[in-house]
Amino acid sequence: MDDSSTAQRIAKSAAAATPPAMARQIRGLSDRAIAWLFVTPTIILLLAINIFPLIWTVYLSFTNYRANRLNREVEWIGLRNYERVLTDTDIWHTLQVTAHFVGWTMFFQVIIGFGLAWLINKQFRGHSFWTTLILLPMMLSPAVVGNFWTFLYQPQIGLFNYIVAFFAGIEPSSFQMIGDVNLAPWAIVIVDTWMWTPYVMLICLAGLRSIPDYIYEAAEVDRASKWRQFWSITVPMVLPFLMLAVLFRVIENFKMFDLVVELTSGGPGSVTELASINLKREAFEKWRTGYSSAFAIILFVTVFGVANIYVKALNKVKQR
Amino acid sequence: MSRQDIDHRKDSESQSLLTRFLQLRRGPWENLATVIIAVGTFMLMQPFYLELFTYSFVTILTGTVMFIIVSHFKE
Repeated sequence: MDDSSTAQRIAKSAAAATPPAMARQIRGLSDRAIAWLFVTPTIILLLAINIFPLIWTVYLSFTNYRANRLNREVEWIGLRNYERVLTDTDIWHTLQVTAHFVGWTMFFQVIIGFGLAWLINKQFRGHSFWTTLILLPMMLSPAVVGNFWTFLYQPQIGLFNYIVAFFAGIEPSSFQMIGDVNLAPWAIVIVDTWMWTPYVMLICLAGLRSIPDYIYEAAEVDRASKWRQFWSITVPMVLPFLMLAVLFRVIENFKMFDLVVELTSGGPGSVTELASINLKREAFEKWRTGYSSAFAIILFVTVFGVANIYVKALNKVKQR
Repeated sequence: MSRQDIDHRKDSESQSLLTRFLQLRRGPWENLATVIIAVGTFMLMQPFYLELFTYSFVTILTGTVMFIIVSHFKE
């Protein structure tokens, strides 16, 4: 029995199984109506779990609502929450910490990620094994990564301290990565770089693999040096991929929470308290729901604005 | 190219930019919105003046809303 007759048989049995009333109804619908029928559940879900909470947060940001005092009357206080957030020096500090974290993680991830992708693309012996090995950190849960880096950073037994001590010629217990106010911001940068560099590498590798060999061959014919080939062919053709990776990472790191909470919980003091950690404290420890909603909206608008710039830059690079 | 030609070319370029602004073309307006967002983001995260931080959100919001509106302008 061939495939077409099998398909016809299945179609006939499906038609027979469909209740006549429903079949009549579906037959009467246009293609557009059927398309809407399929899309509607997704739209409803999106509205319920994304759009509605966003609108509700905007509303709450104009009120004095506290989620732990449900019986209290909710008052409309206008822009007072925004005024408080934007004059709060603690919030200002957390945004500076976030800027430090996002800026340095992006810097290291782009440099190391691109370098690794460039090396892996050389197709040396065992390169697939090394690719898999390098990708491992990205596949781990942030909670797991946070926990085991806490052990690695232990001043007495931590492997990280011993490696640094070996190269720097100092005592392993002479410094604390997550207990020192100067080192803790770098401790979270190192862990995030370790975990997410493979992601940047993977996207860069896709970009490098998409460059056809004949372009390099033509450059060889024109006697272009390796250095010139790198700057005139490799970098411009990988740039859209790299920018996409940076866009995703900037957005993710701007709202980074789990990894840093596991590692330092925002401490010592508040030197590693990122904006999202502060937001969570305001919302679910101090229960200032209206205030934290205003802060959340500020963060949302910032990420949205930066993403807009980035998409514009990405389109420009692609058009070149 | 003589000095006069360079000056004339510069004049026509700046005029065309101004004309494109006045004709509500997407390019220059999007660039302006982008600059406003970038300045606002810097103001939000800079460690120097609290006043800049206070007005950062209004700046970013203005830039973002402007970006959404002008991205519907003609090319």
